[in-house]
Amino acid sequence: MTGAAPLAEMAGVSVRYRRAGRLSHGLIAIDLQLAANATVAVVGESGCGKSTLGRVLLHLQQPSEGAVRFRGEDLTLLKRAELRRRRRAMQMIFQDPFASLNARMTIGETLAEPLVVHGLARWRDARPRVAAMLERVGLEPGVAARYPHEFSGGQRQRIAIARAVIAEPELVVADEPLSALDMTVQGQIVSLLASLQETLSLTYLFISHDLPLVREFAGRVVVMIAGRIVEDGPPDAVFATPAHPYTKLLVSCVPVPDPAQERARQAAAGNTSTIAAAEAPDHAACPFRSRCPHAMPICATMPPFRHVAPDRQAACWLHESS
Amino acid sequence: MSRLSSSPRISSGLGVAGAALLAVAVLVALAAPLIAPWPPMQIDLRARFTPPAWEAHGVLRHLLGTDNLGRDIASRIVWGARISLGVGVAASLLGAAIGGTLGLCAGYFGRGVDAAISWLIDVQLAFPFTLFALFLLAVFGGGPGPVVVVLALATWVNYARVVRAQVMALRGQDFILAARAVGVPSGRILLRYLLPAVAPAMVVVGSFSAAQAILTQAALSFLGVGVDPSSPSWGAMLDLGRSYILSAWWMATFPGVTIALVVLGANLLGDWLREWLDPLAVSRR
Repeated sequence: MTGAAPLAEMAGVSVRYRRAGRLSHGLIAIDLQLAANATVAVVGESGCGKSTLGRVLLHLQQPSEGAVRFRGEDLTLLKRAELRRRRRAMQMIFQDPFASLNARMTIGETLAEPLVVHGLARWRDARPRVAAMLERVGLEPGVAARYPHEFSGGQRQRIAIARAVIAEPELVVADEPLSALDMTVQGQIVSLLASLQETLSLTYLFISHDLPLVREFAGRVVVMIAGRIVEDGPPDAVFATPAHPYTKLLVSCVPVPDPAQERARQAAAGNTSTIAAAEAPDHAACPFRSRCPHAMPICATMPPFRHVAPDRQAACWLHESS
Repeated sequence: MSRLSSSPRISSGLGVAGAALLAVAVLVALAAPLIAPWPPMQIDLRARFTPPAWEAHGVLRHLLGTDNLGRDIASRIVWGARISLGVGVAASLLGAAIGGTLGLCAGYFGRGVDAAISWLIDVQLAFPFTLFALFLLAVFGGGPGPVVVVLALATWVNYARVVRAQVMALRGQDFILAARAVGVPSGRILLRYLLPAVAPAMVVVGSFSAAQAILTQAALSFLGVGVDPSSPSWGAMLDLGRSYILSAWWMATFPGVTIALVVLGANLLGDWLREWLDPLAVSRR
């Protein structure tokens, strides 16, 4: 990630929650740079902080420490009104489109809203752009008068995507945009996202747990565990030869459509139920230590994030051989 | 809540009964000049203390009897509906405007705003309200305007608490987060996203608050600080009748029964609306 300045950047970002007097960590010392026009996928198990990462990047959630920059400007230092104006350029797509749409607003009002609140149109003359956007995402322009409950899940996600891109943003955070949809619809939405990226030069932060999809869709993948980034690189290379034992575990959890291979996979993956096991958090240690087959005494200290190949980084003591 | 009253069929019957009671009261108030047999202020000293028509010495001209000045009780109740309902509804609406706004702001902005508004709610709830109302009305005088304001000061807390709690639950939901991500200004999030979502609950609170306002207004009139005592309000009639309760029982009884019926109607309607508009809230209890 050298060369041109990144479009968006997180530097030393941590998020801490204080719940019932106990401190818990959402994100720990995240450094992440997003190049313009790229698709960066974030993978990891539930609760690892993927969604928090997306929200903090858009500054929908205040980080406890660190800087979140967009086009070089630190969002954490902006005033409320200034931040609101910047939102035109950075949008979000949610997992559940129905929950993310206002049930009491028509589709037309929902889509015109980003244009109006950013002064790009008035309510009266937003209609042609709304109609064009609806056609662009594969819906009839006539649906503008209808309400979200009148649509199917896939159509709602098209509407939510249309709302996210109608003001022509640069960065779109997509938080598991496909996991509430069935398989055939998923494919259509992926091609829609890809074609919108091409015409609008979008940068995607694509939060997912669907590794085959990530491999197909993203140019770069970031693996998270317990609020930390532990591996970063091109998906093909990362999934073919994982540098971090946790990535290896994630890859081995993807079912294979061949019974013989599947049995071998399950044997290799071992007892996957341990994935959900909660352990006492020790933030000085590697978060994967208690589940790692290669755990060593040195794993009581968090390994540094190092290059394991020119375009790949990982945080694991296995690569500190020298 | 008993098993019986939470059964939808029975409670919807009661809800319809409540709605019917209120509808009759509203029609009577609107049609007062047409249906009242006498002008409400007309004094007829020869007809003082006429008992209701079905009692000995009762006359059909004064169906519910007359008071100490010979004014017709039935006519005064009919005209009094205008004042009681008008003041009750106006106070309830003003309370909704105040309490709704404060509740929305407290729930959405949280932190300092919430702390300040919650403090205000606590103060209001801890304060002996009738004393406060007596003081305000003694200082600013009676009349419908001040009474409405004073009653709104009593009812806004109901709205503020319900709206604040609902908004706090809604605030973290995706559609609000999505609106913030789009860059929708807070004012529009409050008015176009949160207000429609809490409106059903406000309607429910409104029916209970109207009942409370009618009752409190009657109490204020009873204490002699309500709307002008000579104008026909149910509370003032009750107050006047109290002095003659042993010799002319009808003077206090009929206004009292009217107040009870209207308040009962509003409460039944409120119960039913709550189940109808928000079935989850009831089953969760």
